[in-house]
Amino acid sequence: MGRVKYFFPVIGFFALALLLWRGLYLDPKELPSMLIDKPMPAFELSTVDGEPVTNTDLPDQVFLLNVWGSYCLPCLVEHPTFMRLSEEGEIPVVGVNYKDETNLAQGWLETNGNPFAFSIEDGNGRFGIDLGVYGAPETYLVDANGVIRYRHVSVLDETVWAEEFLPAIAELRAESVQ
Amino acid sequence: MNIQAIRSKAPGLMQLFGVICMLFGLLGAGALSAQVDTFEFETTEQQQRFRKLSDELRCPMCQNTNLTGSSGGVAEDLRREIHRMIMDGMTDQEIEQFMFERYGDFIFYRPRLRQETLLLWFGPLAFLAIGGFVAFSISRRARKIDEDETVLNSAQQEKLQDLLNSKG
Repeated sequence: MGRVKYFFPVIGFFALALLLWRGLYLDPKELPSMLIDKPMPAFELSTVDGEPVTNTDLPDQVFLLNVWGSYCLPCLVEHPTFMRLSEEGEIPVVGVNYKDETNLAQGWLETNGNPFAFSIEDGNGRFGIDLGVYGAPETYLVDANGVIRYRHVSVLDETVWAEEFLPAIAELRAESVQ
Repeated sequence: MNIQAIRSKAPGLMQLFGVICMLFGLLGAGALSAQVDTFEFETTEQQQRFRKLSDELRCPMCQNTNLTGSSGGVAEDLRREIHRMIMDGMTDQEIEQFMFERYGDFIFYRPRLRQETLLLWFGPLAFLAIGGFVAFSISRRARKIDEDETVLNSAQQEKLQDLLNSKG
């Protein structure tokens, strides 16, 4: 001990400073999903086109679940990425039309193009609550067994696609081959 | 600016201060007027539970507002769900569990006591204990110095007496 203890306040100060410094760079908006590694919540709804849809209609391979709405401007920003993915057949994309009106949603798809295999209509946001959604856009990565494996909140552009989704999807596909 | 100039400006400043106070008053009133939903309850107990739950749950979308005060879409939906669950006879614990399963600890203004939240709950206590220990040991040492060095032993007493005597 001896003189060493006089340095304790200094060491303490630096430890606290480091902790708070790190805190400056945390995103308080980042809300960890509770549904990672949980199966997709059960639903019995209809599509934007009025067809009945349940969990059994979901693709039996790795797919994206994109929460969107015609009122949602960031959804337009990420829209070209989803168009490209669906045109190139890279991965099926299922839409969740979150708290929207049917005719507005249909109009939006007509004007901007429809990248979705189908869009589940969640007019009152009840399915969104089961998913833990707090606002469009959000995108979930679901594996072949219907288990949610990844969630991205806000715009999914080409950078996010390349940096976050491609590696995650490669991993999931390798998994299902084994 | 000299003092005279400040004085002559003072009435203006006072008025500005008044206006600012009024603005804050308005803001306060705005924040207090919660979102008004027309939910109907069978008993006042149900109504109180609804109010308590939506006061203590945090809106997932808007960072620092409870469900009561938020006009966000998801907050509106969650209030509707709370109402439905209360009317379905679910307990507060069940409703909180429902929220936790979907939105995690984020939703609680009063986080649950779990392994992950131990530091949050007891961290301040630990800091208080450390601070208390340091303060205690410093004061004990100070007292010890007091006793050791300010109380004279008999030889020192004698010497002091000698000195006093020789002066007198």
